Amino acid sequence: MVLVSELREMYEDMVTARYYEERLQEEYLEGKQPAFDISAGPIPGELHLAAGQEAAAAGVCRHLRDDDTATAPHRPHHVAIAKGVDLKRMTAEIFGRENGLSSGKGGHMHLFDPDAGFACSGIIAQGCPPAVGAGLAAKKRNEDGVAVAFLGEGAISQGAFLESLNLAAVQRLPVVFVVEDNDWAISMPKGRVTDVADGSQRAAGFDMPGVRVDYDDATAVYDAAREAVGRARAGNGPTLLEVQVHRRMGHFMGDPESYRPEEDVEAAQARDSIERLAEDLRGAGLEDDDLEAIREDARERVDEAIEWAKEQPEPEPDAAHEDVFVNPPSGVTTEEPTHELAGGDD
Amino acid sequence: MAQEERRQVIDRELTMSRAMVEAIAHEMRADDEVFYMGEDVADYGGIFDSTEGLLEEFGRDRVMDVPISETAYLGAAVGAAQEGMRPVAELMFVDFFGVAMDQIYNQMAKNTYMSGGAVNVPMVLTAAVGGTYNDAAQHSQTLYGTFAHLPGMKVVVPSTAYDAKGLMHNAIQDDDPVVYLFHKRLMGIGWMPAPDGPKTPVPEEEYTIPFGSADVKREGDDATVVTLGLHVHRALEAADALAEDGIDAEVIDLRTLVPLDTETIRESVAKTGRLVVVDEDYRSYGVTGEVIASVAEDGLADLEAVERVAVPDVPLPYARPMENEVVPDSDDIESAVRSAYDA
Ligand SMILES: Cc1ncc(C[n+]2csc(CCOP(=O)(O)OP(=O)(O)O)c2C)c(N)n1
Ligand SMILES: [Mg+2]
Repeated sequence: MVLVSELREMYEDMVTARYYEERLQEEYLEGKQPAFDISAGPIPGELHLAAGQEAAAAGVCRHLRDDDTATAPHRPHHVAIAKGVDLKRMTAEIFGRENGLSSGKGGHMHLFDPDAGFACSGIIAQGCPPAVGAGLAAKKRNEDGVAVAFLGEGAISQGAFLESLNLAAVQRLPVVFVVEDNDWAISMPKGRVTDVADGSQRAAGFDMPGVRVDYDDATAVYDAAREAVGRARAGNGPTLLEVQVHRRMGHFMGDPESYRPEEDVEAAQARDSIERLAEDLRGAGLEDDDLEAIREDARERVDEAIEWAKEQPEPEPDAAHEDVFVNPPSGVTTEEPTHELAGGDD
Repeated sequence: MAQEERRQVIDRELTMSRAMVEAIAHEMRADDEVFYMGEDVADYGGIFDSTEGLLEEFGRDRVMDVPISETAYLGAAVGAAQEGMRPVAELMFVDFFGVAMDQIYNQMAKNTYMSGGAVNVPMVLTAAVGGTYNDAAQHSQTLYGTFAHLPGMKVVVPSTAYDAKGLMHNAIQDDDPVVYLFHKRLMGIGWMPAPDGPKTPVPEEEYTIPFGSADVKREGDDATVVTLGLHVHRALEAADALAEDGIDAEVIDLRTLVPLDTETIRESVAKTGRLVVVDEDYRSYGVTGEVIASVAEDGLADLEAVERVAVPDVPLPYARPMENEVVPDSDDIESAVRSAYDA
C-alpha cells in the first residue's frame, strides 16, 4: 500500500523532471542548429537527459529526507529534482550563471547542493565511494541517515562500484546502490559488456540483498526502495537495487544513435512510466483535472526557474581563480612555529 | 619540412581523425597482432571519431568494445603487449585515467625497467584531451605534464593530420608504451568544428615521424614560441597578428613530450633570444617549466626573455567566461610574445 500523497509526490517529481528536460533540450539546441556545435548556444558542453528514467529517482527519493545523501552520475537531473535540489539555482548552474549552485564552475554533470544532500560526478561509478562515506559518517555519529548512490547499468563493471559494495557490506553501512538499467552504455548494449543480465545479482558476491524491479513502475520502485532504505536506516546494512528504465533519447544531445536499432528506440518511447503512475493515481481516486493541475504547477515552476536562470548574470572571468581552496594559501611564510617541544629520550 | 612544401606535392587533405585511423588501419592490415580496445570504439567509431570505419573492416575481434572497466582493459592491454601483441587501448577522455592509473604508471610504464629490460610493453594508449567547449573540470584536461613526468612512457601529441598519421605509425611500431594524446578540437568532428590548420595534405603511403623531432611550424627571428596540440594553431594565429607589427615569431610544435627535442628549441632560442612556452595544461610543475628549464640548463646565456602561458592552477571551470579566462587564446600568446619582445 502506498499513500496517495506519496503517489502524488512521485508524480510531481516525474512530470517536473520530464518537462524540465524538454525545456532544457529546447534551450540547449538554440544556437546549435542547423549544424550542431557543442560549444554554441546558451548551454554549451555535453547534456545527458534522463527522459524515461524518472521512475527510479522518484520511487527511491520519496523515502529520503533532506539530511540523507544522494549521489548521481552524469545523468543527474531527475535524481536532483526528486531529491529536492533548488531548481532555480540548478538551472542557473546549467546555464553557467553566477548564481548557479556552483557559481558556474560545475555545469550539468557537476551539481552540488549540500542543503538537499545531493552531488553528482561525471566519472563513471565515482559517486559510489562518497555515498559510502556519507553512510559511514552517519553510522559513526549514531545518526540514522541514509546514503543512496545512483548509477547506470554500464557502471556496474567499474571497480569503484564493486569495491564500494564490499566496503558498505563489511561495515554494514546505511547505503543503497540504485542501478538504473536503461540497457545501453552510450553505444554498448548491456549484453556486450556483461554476462550478467540482472545487475542485482552482483549483490550476492558481497552477501547483501539484491533486488531488481523489472519495469519502470514508480510504485514498484517505491515498494522496493521502502525495504532497502528502511533496512539501511535501521542499521542493517546496504542493498543493491536495480530498476529497469528506458533511454528515450540519445546518450547525450547530438548523439546520432546510428548504432541503435530503430525498434529499440520505438520500444523505449512507447513505454510511459509517467502515464503508468497516472493510472495508479486514478485508481486511488484522482481525476484527470487533478493530474492536469499537478502538471500545470510543474510547468509553472520549471518555466519560472528557467526564466530566472537566464536573467542571472554570467560570472566574471576572474571568478575562475576562486574556490580552489576554502582557505587559499596566502603566499609563502618564512615564520617558524614556536612550539616548545618536550625533549624525547633519544 | 614545412607544411607549405608538402602541400605542393600532395593534394589529398584529411582531417586529423581520418589520418589517425588510416595509420591504425594500415598497421592492422600489416600485422594481425595489432588490435584496438576501448569504449564505444566499435559501432560508434569512437566518440571523437578515433576509430571510424575500423569495425567494418576488421570486425569485433580486432575492434573491441569493452566494459567501462578501465583498470581491467588497460591492464589487459599491458598483459597482451607483454605477450608480444601490439594492442592499442583507448581512454575515451584522458581525464578518466584516474580510475586506471595503477595499470598505466605502475605496470605499463615500469615493467620494462623493473624487469631490467627482460619485459617490454609495445602498446599504445590513446586518449582524447582538451577543453574549449565547456565540458568542465572532469572532461577538459590535457594532463600532458602528468604523463610526461612519470618515467617509462613516450608521450605523443599531434597537431595536424600529417603529423597524426606519421606519429601513429611510429607509436604502433614502437617497442615501448606510447601515450598518444589527440586533441578533440583538432579531430575534425562534425559537432566540434576544428580551427583552420589541422586538416592537411596526407600521403596515402605509410611514413613515420621519429619521436623527439619537434617541427618548426613557422620560422621567425624575433621570438621562439614552443607549444603543442591545439595551441600550435593558436600560436600560429598569434604569429600572424604579430607579423603585422613586424614581430617575427618562430613557432615550434613539440609533437612529442617524451622524448623532448631540446635541440630544436635551443637552436631557435640561440637565434631569437626570447622564449615563450604555451601549454593547455596546468602551469605549475608542467611542460612550461620543463621546457624553460631545459633551455636554461645549457643555453642560459641565449635567454634574454622568458614567458609562459598556461592554464593557471585551477580545475577547468564550466561557464564560458571563466573557461575562456583560463585556457590560453591567441591574444594571450600575442601579448606574451610582445612582453618578451619589449623586455
Ligand atoms: C571512468 C569513466 N569511463 C568512461 C566514461 C565515459 N562515459 C560517460 S557515460 C558512459 C556510459 C555510461 O553508461 P551507464 O552507466 O549505463 O549510464 P547511462 O549513460 O546509460 O545513464 C561512459 C562510458 C566516464 N565518464 N567515466
Ligand atoms: Mg545505461
